[in-house]
Order: sequence, then structure tokens, then C-alpha cells
Amino acid sequence: MRFTLNAREVELNVAPLARLLDVLREDCGLTGTKEGCGEGECGACTVLVDGEAVCACLVPVAQVEGAEVVTIEGLGDDHPLQRAFMDEVGAQCGICTPGMILTAITLGPRPSLAKIRRGLAGNLCRCTGYEAIYRAIHRAS
Amino acid sequence: MREIRSMLNAVGQSVPRKDGIGKATGQARYADDLRFPGMLHGRTIRSTIPCGRLAAVRLGFDPAGFTVVDHRDIPGRNVVTLIADDQPCLVEREIRHVAEPVLLLAHENREALLGASVALEEEPAEPVFDPERSPTAFKTILIEKGDLAAGFAEADHVVEGTYCTGHQEHVYIEPQAVIAVPEDGGMTVYGSIQCPFYAHRALAVILGDAVARVRVIQTETGGGFGGKEEYPSGIAAHAALLALKSDRPVKLIYDRVEDMLATTKRHPAIVRHRTGLTRDGRLVAMDIEVILDGGAYQTLSAVVLSRGSIHAAGPYRCDNIRIAARAMFTNTPPNGAFRGFGAPQTQFGVEVHMERIAEALGLDPVRLRERNLLRPGDTTATGQRVGQDCAALEVLRTAVRRSGFRRKRKAYAGTGRGIGLAMYWHGSGFTGSGELKLASRATIELTATGVRVLTSSTELGQGTRTMHAQIVADALGVPYEQVEVAMPDTGLVPDSGPTVASRTCMVVGRILQRAAEEIRAKLGDATPAEYFRRHGPLAVTGQYEQPEWIRWDEIDYRGDAYAAYAWGCDVVEVELDRDTWEVRPVRVTVVNEIGKAIHPALARGQVEGGTVQGLGYALLERVVMRNGAMANAQLTNYIIPTTLDTPKLDVVLLEHPYDGGPFGAKGLGELPIDGPAPAVVNAIRQLGIDVRGIPAVPEAIREAACASP
Repeated sequence: MRFTLNAREVELNVAPLARLLDVLREDCGLTGTKEGCGEGECGACTVLVDGEAVCACLVPVAQVEGAEVVTIEGLGDDHPLQRAFMDEVGAQCGICTPGMILTAITLGPRPSLAKIRRGLAGNLCRCTGYEAIYRAIHRAS
Repeated sequence: MREIRSMLNAVGQSVPRKDGIGKATGQARYADDLRFPGMLHGRTIRSTIPCGRLAAVRLGFDPAGFTVVDHRDIPGRNVVTLIADDQPCLVEREIRHVAEPVLLLAHENREALLGASVALEEEPAEPVFDPERSPTAFKTILIEKGDLAAGFAEADHVVEGTYCTGHQEHVYIEPQAVIAVPEDGGMTVYGSIQCPFYAHRALAVILGDAVARVRVIQTETGGGFGGKEEYPSGIAAHAALLALKSDRPVKLIYDRVEDMLATTKRHPAIVRHRTGLTRDGRLVAMDIEVILDGGAYQTLSAVVLSRGSIHAAGPYRCDNIRIAARAMFTNTPPNGAFRGFGAPQTQFGVEVHMERIAEALGLDPVRLRERNLLRPGDTTATGQRVGQDCAALEVLRTAVRRSGFRRKRKAYAGTGRGIGLAMYWHGSGFTGSGELKLASRATIELTATGVRVLTSSTELGQGTRTMHAQIVADALGVPYEQVEVAMPDTGLVPDSGPTVASRTCMVVGRILQRAAEEIRAKLGDATPAEYFRRHGPLAVTGQYEQPEWIRWDEIDYRGDAYAAYAWGCDVVEVELDRDTWEVRPVRVTVVNEIGKAIHPALARGQVEGGTVQGLGYALLERVVMRNGAMANAQLTNYIIPTTLDTPKLDVVLLEHPYDGGPFGAKGLGELPIDGPAPAVVNAIRQLGIDVRGIPAVPEAIREAACASP
């Protein structure tokens, strides 16, 4: 199994139907991708596959063969969204934050509030009521 | 030399969160992110009937490679110790609810573990599901003030009503998670744990003499809201028993279905009011009955009932009150702590009732409340005289003005829109003499670069580390950046009491403030780092000191129930879709008086988050119980608010400092969840629909609309 992970080529010997989530966390040691529900409802496991936000708990790893996968670790530690999430307290418990930030990346520049709401509808946060997350995304854009 | 610094450099500023960078980069380590050499995965086999006896357990797999634990493997006592020692760690014979833990398995391969089949032979008995028909009360409370009969004799009107609230599931996004690691003859448990010392006490009882030492370390925690207050004690014990038997680290993580099926929820409640009023709307008698569904074991029901009862008359003055409350046994998974802790249920009752009173007497709902709200010097149901910081009237007037309530109320009449409001209050800290009994401690020690704060107060997302560091920084006169905060580790930190009851800022923060002042006096002109270099280590441990004016009678429930109250008013605007019967909140105004916002952005985050949880409680979150088990135990059909379900929030924070809190702060964490549900239902009432229960899902609204005249 070959794919690009955070701008690096990786080759893994894993079961093709293994969940991308488990492969990332256990075989690649990238634990920034979180599991909240295992059924694609909460979005905590969101990663980017060829630029699109997907739930890694629903993706068999075979589906990313040859694709470009980005996890939160791929953003480093100084991405404008990361800074904005810190400045606006967009993260409380933090478990949804990696998925939120990766989904927010797909919203494009200067998203309207309506677009943010639609775009983040698959990412649950139980702490913030989402308001600080909107503020963070506005600040970053 | 110490710089001359003004009094407040960190407090009142939205300084960077101590845990911000780790959370924004994915580097923060939650329990499931940890791995230990030789680690096994654990699994819990659970009962499938709500009531009966366990006759036999049959393993349908080859046990080679498995660790199997049942109640006979418990070296100490088979009980998850809490208020009452009634809940077994593992079922022996009696089954009291569905999903009760019976058997534990561990294996190094997760697939093999999940593939193992176990057959339970269970003999069902007749369960009790209706708390009103239950023969067993876990706890009863009676609060009496004045002369109820005399009050009713004085009344021109009597209004009655019954109000019901359902279960609510916490839905912390990180499910329950612990890892037990046998270490040097002791047992260390890492986990997503709100109260490490609760788990520590429970482990000591269950493990008994089998281990020399128990240590509990909180890992980064993905939300708690009360759901990780008492429940993780049992999970920690399960992992520890597997680790003890296998002599290997064991990770026990619940998946979402197991978490929703087995773990505690908010207590459902039935609240009945019978209220006497004068012609002009003055409350003269309040007779209130509160019934909580406790589930199958006591957990914290007695204290949930206590807080619920004390808040049941709302923030109103009335000379004659009786509150009779009981928490009942049923054959459902035990209900437990959830943000608000009984107060959201009872305040839903009183605030929907106040709206019905306004309607019945033809009074303006704002005027009715203005007339009766507590003012400084008035007494509560327990006879507590509220202080000068009592802001009930101010929060009401601010919310009414800011939301345009009166104008909109007129404009929305007869349309598909409605606007409603609710008043609420929330006592900070443990009830009565609870804080005195806890005798919490907190430590500050010097380091080579500044100071370190040592407490058992956990960071659950609410900002504990940041807020404690701010308080210490300003009390000590050092920069915020020089204050470190240790992770709660029972081997390292003193017991600061549990991280519950909106007490972490007001109570533990105050202990830290005093300890910091003591250190400051010792330092003289030196900075902490200079002092450390010259004199070596220095640590000061502060202990809780109860304000001398507090008097509380635990037997009669009279006196000063809480050291301080925070005050709130919500105004909610809703829109009804007449085709789907869906009610959507479109705008919410929240005015909260909290003493002092130590960190304004964190405080606002608490209010916004609590408000949205409250909106979910009001409109979306329905736990469907079938034969004693949650039938919709997954996020596909237990719905919490998404970005598309949350309205515009307008939050106003007011500050009336409380002398006994750090820099004037009161408790805040729970306050905002008390208001949304009654405000939503009162807004629905303006649409002409008589809803008296939550969740007000479309089916319930349709039913109420068809029944309303």
C-alpha cells in the first residue's frame, strides 16, 4: 500500500480493509486523528484525502492507494488556523480540534458564516457551541 | 529584582491557553494515544436484562491468550465506592440493569478480543421502570420555609402544573478511556478522568492488599460534563483487575455505542408545582414536588437531588415554601452527574410554571418575574439571605432590553415565531458544609524558572490550567508565562477535591490565591527563580477556609446552601415549521452574572457551550428507553446540536464580585445550562402550544399542538 502522507511517500504492509483511522494512529503513529464515534457522525477523525475532508473511520485504507493524505500533523505547528484556534479559544477539550481545523481548510478563503456552518456540519463539538470556532476561522481568513 | 507590576496583569485578560498549542497541533496526548510495552486491550461483557439473576457464564472461545476476570478475581471488596457502597464492580448474582458489567476479557489482539463470544444465562425478573411506582427511594429531602397553609389562605389564585424532563447523554467527544499499568508492585491508572481521587479511593477498596500502591494520572481529557466524574472509577477498576491478573498494561476504551448504553446520564425528572399568588402576582405559597429517576444504583443521586431541590423554587422570594423531593430506584443504568446536577431539571419546572402563571393571571411575564425576583437581603427557600452581589433583577432587565423582548413579543404574536425567557441561578461549590468536609488543598512550589501549581483539579476543556495559572500569576506578581501547572497525578498533587460543582475557580482558585500570597510574603523582593537559586525548594500548601458566616443544617436543610450564587437570564427566539413541527432556535441572548471573568474568552466559551448543550437538551436530545436500555445508543440517532442547529448567540457577562472568590469570581461552568430549556419552551408557548416537557422534539410539539385549545 503506497500513498502520500503529510507530503511524504509511505509504503505500508497493512490489510486493505483496515480503517484508515487505525492505520494512521497505530501503524503510522499519528495520534492527532481522533476517534469519537466510529460511524462517521462526529468528524473527530477528519483527514484530507486529495484535498477533501473525509472521516478516516469510514475509509478502508485501500481507498487511499496513490492518494495524498494530510493529517493534523501535516500542518506543523504554525498554520494560520492553528494560531487562530489558539487566539480565539476555538479549542476547549481539544478532541474535535484536529478534525475541525482540517475541515476548515477546505472552506477556502474568506468563507461566509453560512458557508462555515454548512462546511462544519459534520464535525461535532460538545464544548464550544461552535461560536469560538467561527471566530477562529474568520480570524484566520 | 521584582519588577513593579500593576495588580492585575493576567486576571481579566484572555491570555493564551496553557494547552492551546498541544490541542491545535494534535500533539496533546489523550488516553487512547498512549501505548505501553506488552499492552493488552480490554473488553467488558454486560448483562442483557434489566432485572434478574445471573445463572451462568459460558465462554465460547479458546481461552489461550485471553485474560478473563469475574467477581471472584477481585482481591478487595466488590464495590465501586462512592456515597453508598451499593454498586458492584462486577455482577455476582443480582442483575439490576441492562449493560451491567459481568465479565472482563483482555487480549493483545483487538480483533481476537472482539471476536470472542460469551453466553450469559440470565433469569429475568419483573423490572421497575416508572420512578413514581418504584418502591425504593434512594434519598428524600424536605425543605420547609414559613407556613404553607397560611400562604395558600392568603392567595387569590392557585396555579398548578407538572413538568417533565428526559435523560440527557453527555456526548463528550472522547469516549471513556483508561489504561491500567502494573508498576513496581503498585497499579498506575492513566485515564480520561474528571476526579482522580474518586478513582483512587475506589481502586484502593477493590484492589485491597493485592497492590502496594495505587496511583491515578489524568490524561488529556476530551470533555466530561459530569460524565467522567464518578463513572470512570468503575472502568479504572476493571482495567486494573485485568492488569493485575495478566501482569500487563491493559487499555480499556469504550466505543460510542457501549459508552451511550452503559454509562450514566442526566436524571429524568418530574416536577409538580402548586403555587399561590395574590391578585397582583406576588408569590405567597410554593408547594413543589420533585421526583428524580435515579436508575439502578445510587451513584450521586442523593446530592443531585440536593442541588435540584435547593434550586427548585427558582431565584424568587416567597415566604412560604415546601419542597418535597425524592430520588427513586429504577431498573435502568444508573444516572449520575451531568453539568447542572439536578438544577436544570427543577429550574425547567419552575420557569415554565412561571410562564403559565403569567398566562393564567394575564400578567406580563417580565413584570411577574420582576415582582418576585430575589433582591439583596431576601431569603431563599432554605432561609439563606442573598448578598449584595445578587444580580437577578439586573440580568433580567439587561436581557429584556438587549434582546428587544417586549417589541418582539408584540411583533411575533400570531406568527410562526415565538420569544420566551427564563431566569435562573446556580450555587457555586459543594452544598452547605460540603466544602468544609472536603477540606481541599492546593500547592504552589518554586521552580528554577518560576512556580508550579499542583492541584487535583482537572482540565476538561473548561480552562482549569490557564485560569489557575492566571490567579497564581497575579496573586504572586509574576508573569503568567512563569506559572506551570502540573497534570493531576495522585502520587504528586494534593487532593483539591473533585472537579465538579462549579468550584474549580471559586473554591480551588481561592486556595491558590491565598497560597500564592503566602509565598509572595516569603519571597520579599526576590523573584521565585531568584529565591529558588538562593534558598532552594519552597512549597506552600493552602487549605480551604470556610467563610465564617456560613451556617448550614444538614438535617433540616436550613441555612446557607452555597457560598455564592451566579445569576442568569436567557431570551430565546424560535421559529416553528408547521409542516414538520420542528422548532428551531433562531437567536439566543444570554446574560450571566459571574462575579469576575478571570479569562473573558474562556468564560464566554463556557456560556456559549453550556447554552448550546441546553438547547440540545430542550429540542433535540432524546434518549429512547426500551425495556430498560437506550435504544438509540449512537450518534446517528441521538442528535446533539451541530453548526446547523445552533442559532446566533449574544452573550453578556456581568460582574458583581463575590468577596470569597479569587479576584471576586464565582462559579460559572454549570450556570449556562440551566436557562435554555425553559426559555425555549416558553417561546414555544407564545406560539400557542402548551409544551410542558422536554425534549420538545417534533412529535412532542405536534402532540401538544393538537391537544392545545
